Amino acid sequence: MSIAFEPITGRYATLTLAGRPCRVYIEEAGKGIPLLCLHTAGADSRQFRHLMLDHAITDHYRVIAFDLPWHGKSLPPEGYEDEEYRLTTESYAEAILAVADALELDRPVLMGCSMGGRIVLHMGAHHARRFRALIGLEGADHQTPWYDTAWLDRADVHGGEICAAMVSGLVAPQSPKKYRWETLWGYLQSGPGVFRGDLYFYRQDSDYRDRTHLIDTKACPMYLLTGEYDYSCTPEDTKRTAASIPGATAQIMKELGHFPMSENPAKFRDYILPILESIRSKGSA
Amino acid sequence: MNDKDIADIFMRLPALVNQDAPLVRRGRWCTTTLMIATGAVPLYLSIVDGKIADITCGPTLMRSWRFAIRADADAWRRFWQPLPEPGFNDVLAMSRFGRATIEGDLQPLMANLRYFKEVLEAPRRAALAGAAA
Repeated sequence: MSIAFEPITGRYATLTLAGRPCRVYIEEAGKGIPLLCLHTAGADSRQFRHLMLDHAITDHYRVIAFDLPWHGKSLPPEGYEDEEYRLTTESYAEAILAVADALELDRPVLMGCSMGGRIVLHMGAHHARRFRALIGLEGADHQTPWYDTAWLDRADVHGGEICAAMVSGLVAPQSPKKYRWETLWGYLQSGPGVFRGDLYFYRQDSDYRDRTHLIDTKACPMYLLTGEYDYSCTPEDTKRTAASIPGATAQIMKELGHFPMSENPAKFRDYILPILESIRSKGSA
Repeated sequence: MNDKDIADIFMRLPALVNQDAPLVRRGRWCTTTLMIATGAVPLYLSIVDGKIADITCGPTLMRSWRFAIRADADAWRRFWQPLPEPGFNDVLAMSRFGRATIEGDLQPLMANLRYFKEVLEAPRRAALAGAAA
């Protein structure tokens, strides 16, 4: 019997986060410069599976993605049943650094999407020495709310269905149907109140207009990439943010939306490969 | 296209929706009323178990509805393009950018958001299917 395993390895580890043990799922593929990937709100690390199967990336990068507690295959902490989940800048940054420390990563490249694209700004402002470069996908310094997140966690509205339907239009119309619906499956599967709890961070606890000036792109380069169909983090939001960070680059990706790495992997690699090559060439210089 | 042209397209929704078995199944728990407006022209829809049981072009004085979605003719025309431009590919995008308003008791809309998005997009799908035929 032969079985065609993908070259992705997933493992579990218990990390102490906010003083509590949390069983966290981490997967990776490839060898080389560590590339630590952060999923979007209400989703999980599967969004990065295409990067992990792309030899043009994994020949040079060790691609690592983890599910935040409450997401994907990571568990919520003990006692979750009586808690309202809320992600904060503090707890998000702690989780990222804890994973990087646990894996003993040497100045990884940090790449996050959406709320992951938001937190890279904070990491650039306050933890730049820990990272080789920062890549913000669908990232900006703050967001103008465009719907009431209370709808995401109500007894009279199906949680999975509303989370997916709320974000479905953020996938570009050009994206392949199978990847559109794979991307939305992550939202259909999300735990009750988790997407809303992530959006607490995104809307209430991460207005970073006060700290983008602290980002030193000479010490840690920053790349911002946003899809033209993203109306949650709009191209204008990203361009405004990049303009406030000397040395940051911003690129608007044609025919892509809010989930570039999972909604249209072939299109996304046209944008991400040159950036990863640039980071690699600077590292060897 | 003016409001009359757009309203004529909306009047085709019962034929487009009620023969779409997956869409009707998706809305099988949905029985409600809504108003869709193009400019000053309102259309009143009655949904019963995922089918459009009735659509009436107004205005009708004192007609009631649970929720309403309003946009002008230009926005609906751009929304229905086979490849809509950014900002017009989804009714929530139009709402976000001030090109549509969504108001009233939104519970039936939110409980069936995928269903209602696909009802509104039915003319776009029909145009695409027609182009492919």
